[in-house]
Amino acid sequence: MINETEKAAFSMEALRGGDREEFARFVETYSTQVYRLGLKMLNDPQDAEDMLQETFIKAFKALPTFEGRSSLSTWLYRIAINEALMTLRKRRPNQVSVDEGVETVEGEIEPREILDWCCLPEREMLSVESRKFMNEAIQQLSPALRAVFVLRDIEGLSIKETADTLNLSETAVKTRLLRARLRLRELLTVYYGERVVESKRA
Amino acid sequence: MNTTDTCNALVASLSDYVDGTLDPSLCIELEQHLQSCQKCRIVVNTLRKTIELYHEPTSSEALPQDVRARLFLRLNLEDYLKKEV
Ligand SMILES: [Zn+2]
Repeated sequence: MINETEKAAFSMEALRGGDREEFARFVETYSTQVYRLGLKMLNDPQDAEDMLQETFIKAFKALPTFEGRSSLSTWLYRIAINEALMTLRKRRPNQVSVDEGVETVEGEIEPREILDWCCLPEREMLSVESRKFMNEAIQQLSPALRAVFVLRDIEGLSIKETADTLNLSETAVKTRLLRARLRLRELLTVYYGERVVESKRA
Repeated sequence: MNTTDTCNALVASLSDYVDGTLDPSLCIELEQHLQSCQKCRIVVNTLRKTIELYHEPTSSEALPQDVRARLFLRLNLEDYLKKEV
């Protein structure tokens, strides 16, 4: 996802200098990813669109001070994910912090649902209804776990890039990723498990 | 299919294992356990499948044209809007 050649692809001088044509290219390049990130984090098209617009407004203002310590896309993801977390915080004021205490790996992550649903046909797993369920399942993760999962497993960032984006240690990212993945596995097992049982009954 | 202490101890390694970044000695230990434990095999398989399903790119989530148009307008970039990608 993060493109190694991006530095060559964009003129940093033009971007920092507020060149509109170069900025339009920048928006063109990253808007789909930012919007998708918004949809996955917020599960609401209107909120995702607001987040998309705010992200690029902030990016445009901040570009003159972009120091290039991280890649341009990591930098943009950071702005975007912070926008998404801010939106979530407005929805539920007391709940959201990316810095929520680093969860211990022990306890409450032991798998409960044991059923092999891997044999289900692809079309069933990728149906519109299944997709909808999967998006809703992400919303059951705490914002801190959700951010890690969306960046790493949906957007395909590396552990290090995810850590840089969220200002977390790689260890914290891995811990959260494990918890997020196991939690989603439980939810998907309940959902697809019912379908396995149904298909056997039929 | 009983859960043992070994099963519980290995849960913490599963994420690294499916990513292929687990420490080699732990990896051997886990794979030995998997040979004899159906429960953990199912957990590993369904965990892999879960990640794979979420990673599947969904073309339906490309930026809709109207969202793109409003974004360019909001950023005062409407001059560059006509150009399709
Ligand atoms: Zn086991």
